[in-house]
Amino acid sequence: MIRFILLQNRQGKTRLAKYYIPLEDSEKHKLEYEVHRLVVNRDPKFTNFVEFRTHKVIYRRYAGLFFSMCVDITDNELVYLESIHLFVEILDHFFSNVCELDLVFNFHKVYLILDEFILAGELQETSKKAIIERMAELERQE
Amino acid sequence: MEQLKNIGRELAIGSQGSSKEFLELVKAIGEAKSKAEEERLVMEEIEMLKKKIVEPDVPRKRMKEYIVRLVYVEMLGHDASFGYIQAVKMTHDDNLLLKRTGYLAVTLFLNEDHDLIILIINTIQKDLRSDNYLVCCAALTAVCKLINEETIPAVLPQVVELLGHQKEAVRKKAVMALHRFHQRSPATVADVISKLSMKIMHDVDPSVMSACLCVLFDLISADANSYRHLTNSYVCILKQVVEHRLPKQYNYHNAPAPFIQIKLLKILALLGTGDKGASNNMYNVLGDVLKKAEPSGNIGNALIYECISTITAIHPNSKLLESAAAQTSRFLKSESHNLKYMGIDALGRIIKINPDFAEEHQLAVIDCLEDPDDTLKRKTLELLYKMTKSSNVEVIVDRMICYMKTLTDSHYKTDIASRCIELAERFAPSNQWFIQTMNQVFEHAGDLVPPKVAHDLMRLIAEGAGEEDEDADSELRSSAVESYLQILVEPKLPSLLLQVICWVLGEYGTADGTHSAAYIIERLCDVAEAHPGDDVVKGYAISAITKVCSFEIAAGKKVHLIPECQAFIDELSASHSTDLQQRAYELQALFAFDSSVVGAVLPFDGSADDIEVDQSLPFLNHYVKSMLSKGAKPYIPANERQAATTLASQHVESYVSSHSLRFDPYEKPQMPIMALTPVTTLQSDDQSIDISQKATQVFQPSFDADTPSSEATRLRLEGVQRKWGRPSYNNNSASSSAGAERSTNGASNGLDIEKASGGKQGIVPQEPKYVSDRNKQPEISAEKQKLAASLFGGVTSKADSSVRSSGRSQKQASTNRHVGTAKRMQTVDPVDSRAQASLPAATAPPDLLDFGEEEVAIAASSKDPMKDLEGLFDNTGSVPSSQPTAPVTNLPNIDLMSLYDSDLGLGSGLVSSIRVPDMIPENLPNNDSGDRLTVLDGLVTTSGAVAGPKVQGETSASSAIKKGPSLESSLEKHARSRQVGVTPTGPHPDLFKDLLK
Repeated sequence: MIRFILLQNRQGKTRLAKYYIPLEDSEKHKLEYEVHRLVVNRDPKFTNFVEFRTHKVIYRRYAGLFFSMCVDITDNELVYLESIHLFVEILDHFFSNVCELDLVFNFHKVYLILDEFILAGELQETSKKAIIERMAELERQE
Repeated sequence: MEQLKNIGRELAIGSQGSSKEFLELVKAIGEAKSKAEEERLVMEEIEMLKKKIVEPDVPRKRMKEYIVRLVYVEMLGHDASFGYIQAVKMTHDDNLLLKRTGYLAVTLFLNEDHDLIILIINTIQKDLRSDNYLVCCAALTAVCKLINEETIPAVLPQVVELLGHQKEAVRKKAVMALHRFHQRSPATVADVISKLSMKIMHDVDPSVMSACLCVLFDLISADANSYRHLTNSYVCILKQVVEHRLPKQYNYHNAPAPFIQIKLLKILALLGTGDKGASNNMYNVLGDVLKKAEPSGNIGNALIYECISTITAIHPNSKLLESAAAQTSRFLKSESHNLKYMGIDALGRIIKINPDFAEEHQLAVIDCLEDPDDTLKRKTLELLYKMTKSSNVEVIVDRMICYMKTLTDSHYKTDIASRCIELAERFAPSNQWFIQTMNQVFEHAGDLVPPKVAHDLMRLIAEGAGEEDEDADSELRSSAVESYLQILVEPKLPSLLLQVICWVLGEYGTADGTHSAAYIIERLCDVAEAHPGDDVVKGYAISAITKVCSFEIAAGKKVHLIPECQAFIDELSASHSTDLQQRAYELQALFAFDSSVVGAVLPFDGSADDIEVDQSLPFLNHYVKSMLSKGAKPYIPANERQAATTLASQHVESYVSSHSLRFDPYEKPQMPIMALTPVTTLQSDDQSIDISQKATQVFQPSFDADTPSSEATRLRLEGVQRKWGRPSYNNNSASSSAGAERSTNGASNGLDIEKASGGKQGIVPQEPKYVSDRNKQPEISAEKQKLAASLFGGVTSKADSSVRSSGRSQKQASTNRHVGTAKRMQTVDPVDSRAQASLPAATAPPDLLDFGEEEVAIAASSKDPMKDLEGLFDNTGSVPSSQPTAPVTNLPNIDLMSLYDSDLGLGSGLVSSIRVPDMIPENLPNNDSGDRLTVLDGLVTTSGAVAGPKVQGETSASSAIKKGPSLESSLEKHARSRQVGVTPTGPHPDLFKDLLK
């Protein structure tokens, strides 16, 4: 199960944070800081997995943005690594060539996309097409 | 074309309903030069929002934006709780968009236990019944986050109803909501789920089915047996998935619905565990998955790894295991760290079934162990921990300790220290090695080990191997003393280790005659001096000095205390700690006695001897009799007294019983005063290792002959202690009670010495448990040879030499069990280092690129749907010649341009204001343009690695590739060049080819 998802830039600024477990605000901030510190200086050659307390963080860097997912210790790392990629593909599709700016100014939309992709800490929809269609439908309502 | 695209994007950003103010804020925060400035901006925003949201008649559209801004403020780490209620209100809105925004905000703001949830429940209930399926979806999303155990019943009926909704998106979310309910409180939804699990499982829509798998996985992990009959249907589904029967949109990088496959594989692993019949049915489909997964991409490897997990979990099948092993080898041999990591994990699973499999991969494993990547190293240590045997324990524990030294994280350090101790206790090949290992563990993680481990270590040194071999024991002790004297040179040692050191030096420091008493005492004083704040260590030190002195006195030598020792004793005599004071006085008292008394009080090597205590304390009979004849009350055992007290305390409120409660204590006091016989139990206070044991033995006299001997001795002991009162806290007790002390201690020690002389060889009270392992060693020797060769000397050309040398070490170990650890290590080390030396030859030079990423890049170029979009980037612009100051590599430079162009494209309003101004260098670290630059930076580093350093400008280009900071200067130049009016464009590569690599 996914515990939380973070999008952070290299300075550690949170671009998106979604928690699937109840946490205190102070705890969230601490955790965002720690995760950033863990991933930011890792050699790109190294594994994309880091032990984090009793869980592990699967992260992937896209340009200056780190996408980190905290999952259970027994979870299949590569699957989550690929689901991060799938999420980025969806974002890319939605924003037509996504860049950090898109995410900064449209963070609320990113949250909506994430809600279509992951629900209650599990991947709920793995079809890019289905998610894009759902988002398009929502856009039409505006 | 490119320009148009950019304009389109900028327009899109600007036109999405967000007001200019908000965009300005986002921009301003992005450009904030310092954390303080950012704080200030956010605080201003919060103040503004506080005022605005309570204004009457805020237009709803405007309110929606305020809510989004609240979310933004919270995301930046500030408290926006003042606006939660507005978000809750927004969920009541009829407009779908506003409602969605409201739900989004509350799911981000509130936890399931928040007070405001109660205000949303009603809305959720209504929305779940809505005709508009999008409203249902929004409500279900909120349900997944906001409903807790107590509120489940309020929405459960509606959610169950939605399981039959005509839109698959609604069904899917309803299933996920049920899954969440099940996680929260399995009992409330148990019957619903068991009824529906079959029905929804056969939903035509793959994503609904996939959602069901989440629920089923949880159900099956809780109770596999009730679901075994479903095995075949899962096998069938998996087969269909593998054969591409699902709609194409579920494919991911050409793999057919891999995320669904993996969920199914996990379920099969649960169902097949320990069930031969079920496993039999799976073998075919597992083989298919393994065959069809493409090993070139991450997702293919994820499938393969999951297959290996399943194959190793279910009833084993040799053919599948073979292919699983082959895939594991491939992982381990891969250049990608990710795959190596998966390989190590898979190896751990396979060796549970077939331990021999590890042999082939020793080099790869050692390789991973040496890797600078911490994650990989830890995973490998975990694997080694699993495969430790007595034959390879030395190398493995050595590795673990080496790694432990480098750690700063106390959580993991504790973990690894306890693992080291566990392995050492289970598999130690010799006592020397054990002591040496423990010393290292203490030295580097002393504060994190439980004190029991130190006591076990002291006991081991005192009791030796537990065999009838005095020479061996004394040799062991000498080596321990030597090693401790060496360790003492280190400046900072943990308290626990110092205690062990003091004790060992006190007991055995002068035993073999190599070190003079004066030298040992000096070292002990140094220890105490170096740790002025640690009373426990001081106590150990002074006791050790006492022992060293008493051995000298007993041997008839004169002891001259060196000045610093005298100073130390004086200091302790005036200490605030009564314990330390007592010890100091005892030492001083010792000098007053002659050698025979001292020898009896503190016999050499007395720590491991049992003290025979005559529990009836016959020497007191006379005294007791005389007191009884004088009218003293007979002794009542504590338990009887206590029984009376508790009985009384039950009725403490009743006057009568409280009266009877007072009765006992008021009568008694005269007796303790009369019976007060100060007894300092020098012996028991002093011998630290068996202190508790001895103390109880000393204090276990049976005072009253009338008491049945089967009565719990502990209770009697309490009585005796009270009888003897508190003399040990009296400063003068040591000297004033010398006579009494002599008589009591003399009595018990007389017995002691008898026992010691008679039973010296047989001191085996409690054999440490690894002794049995040690005895087994000769049997294991063949295995040991094999493993030493296989694990750490396994290259074939080295094999026989390593066998020889490990054989040598084996021989040495058997001929002379007490070979120093150093020697042992020497015999092992060459093999080890040889194995390592052969590593560089065996492994190819590391690739610059992450293997996984490379693969994806290949995949992307061949089949990524994004490629079509990337094609759009191809532009006609050419690199202008007037670009002397752009010292970045070819590719990234152009990426840079494209971003800048996008800024220029709008030319006004928001984006022009975001445009990177010429003050980049100052605000670089902390702002959005900085972020932008880091995007570029990232591109530079990544594509620099891909394309290699194609240097365009001559200035500092190479350094720009290597280091981050110099990139800033290059960008500065670049910005300046743009200011001058040079707007270089180039053939635009696909920007997100890098992003999506």
